[in-house]
Amino acid sequence: MNAVQEKLNQTIKMEDLADDAENNSRQKKAFFLKTFSFLSPLFLLLLWEVMAALKLIDVRLFSSPSRIFETLIPLVSSGELLYHTLISTSRIVLGFVAGAVPGVILGLSMGLFPPVRALLMPLVAVTFPIPKLAIMPLILIVFGLGESSKIFTIAIGVFYLVLINTMAGVLNIDPIYIDVAKSFGASKIQFYTTVAFPGALPMIFAGLKLGMGTALLLIVAAELSAARAGVGWMIWRAYDMFDIERMFCALIVLAFLGFVFSYLLDLLEKIVIPWKKR
Amino acid sequence: MDGAEKIRVENLTKIFNTGRTSVVALENVNLTVEDGEFLCVVGPSGCGKTTMLRILAGLEKPTSGRVYIKARNAGKPPTAVVFQGDSIFPWMKVVENVEYGLRIRGIPLEERRAIALEYLKKMGLERFADLYPYQLSGGMKQRINVARAFASDPEILLMDEPFGALDEQNKLILQQELLRIWEGSYKTTVFITHSIDEALLLGDKILVMTAQPGRVKAMLEVKIERPRDIILIKSSPVFIELYREIWELLREEVMKARNMR
Repeated sequence: MNAVQEKLNQTIKMEDLADDAENNSRQKKAFFLKTFSFLSPLFLLLLWEVMAALKLIDVRLFSSPSRIFETLIPLVSSGELLYHTLISTSRIVLGFVAGAVPGVILGLSMGLFPPVRALLMPLVAVTFPIPKLAIMPLILIVFGLGESSKIFTIAIGVFYLVLINTMAGVLNIDPIYIDVAKSFGASKIQFYTTVAFPGALPMIFAGLKLGMGTALLLIVAAELSAARAGVGWMIWRAYDMFDIERMFCALIVLAFLGFVFSYLLDLLEKIVIPWKKR
Repeated sequence: MDGAEKIRVENLTKIFNTGRTSVVALENVNLTVEDGEFLCVVGPSGCGKTTMLRILAGLEKPTSGRVYIKARNAGKPPTAVVFQGDSIFPWMKVVENVEYGLRIRGIPLEERRAIALEYLKKMGLERFADLYPYQLSGGMKQRINVARAFASDPEILLMDEPFGALDEQNKLILQQELLRIWEGSYKTTVFITHSIDEALLLGDKILVMTAQPGRVKAMLEVKIERPRDIILIKSSPVFIELYREIWELLREEVMKARNMR
């Protein structure tokens, strides 16, 4: 009896070990893949540095990681880079909010009310394809050289993407959910709050994410004209001064901003749409 | 069952106009359902079963004729529907889905939550109250769908092939659960199905409809006592006799529908 029990325990232990081994190898694999995805940018940086050192590329045009790093340190420690980053960030955030809020409101009303859609859809269809950069001179004339012209440029770009996605989100709600609300006798307002808005949320977020990409694109363009600070301004200033290292530092900031903003939007989405399968 | 009339359908006709062609979905349908009765509707595909249910639910307007649902309690919603497809809201937790009908009626949160939890318990789903639908299987979702309809406590229940998309085992379990809950409430119910089995297991009466255009072909009574046991019923002589009778009626209609195409 005891022997049998012991044997059984042994087998169980061995199974445990086998499980552990399997887990271990899976973890190793995951770790390996993670390091792998870090390796490719590191390799590129290394290649860049080596090619610059061997004079295979023209450092006056392409600089090198070490030179950029040397420029970056004083820019960071003096607070200059932070100053420009904060200015651009505030423009992006203000422009984003100024575009997204009316975009969601108008998108919802166009999705929910056919008369509103009939009234506004032609206007949207005609003005949406106009490149936002093409109307920047007009924006400058109307809003002047101050902050508002930059914020408006970003806002208009964000506005259209959010509007169109929000409207599509409402229009694409599965009709069966509308039937459910109707069959339980939901009022119009109850329908908006319990079906239309939550049902459109995933598409609204898709619009917000697209809008954020456009906002980063437009900030550089907006700061080209009549700005005295900002990351975009740094790039154009560096261009004028032929200061390639400074230019790369500003590009690093832009990449970082893009990463942070998309991370924040993902976080917000997880909080607002906990019901979405991920 | 007090024998009072609960639903009356009078000369109901529904014609769908799609461009140049028009389709007669229902033609001159007359029927009554008594209070506390479970009516099953069977008929060949495209015979207007779902259209009739949608008219009863107020989702579709009749072309001519009328439907009456006798309301006993002014506060209650006239109908609650269990749809065929996946119709529970993905953006609401299980318990929020079940209490939806009560929320629409303006029942305070605490009260409606208690009722919803009670129905979840009856369905053996109380552990899943705080989950979202994407975390559940198809069978569980359809249970929540049934719980949502019962919890809203309507004058009549309407079910449109609620178990049609489920596998055999799940179907059997859900039929059993539906019987158990229903036999504790005796709520007037109209249940649409493809399956003669299902109609005989659940119904007090069975309405057989004709192929398009949908008309009343026959109304049969299922004289099997309640509470019912699904497994025992299937071997009872009444079941076998009625099954054959309904199949004869249906076969004519299915053949007719085939010849029309």
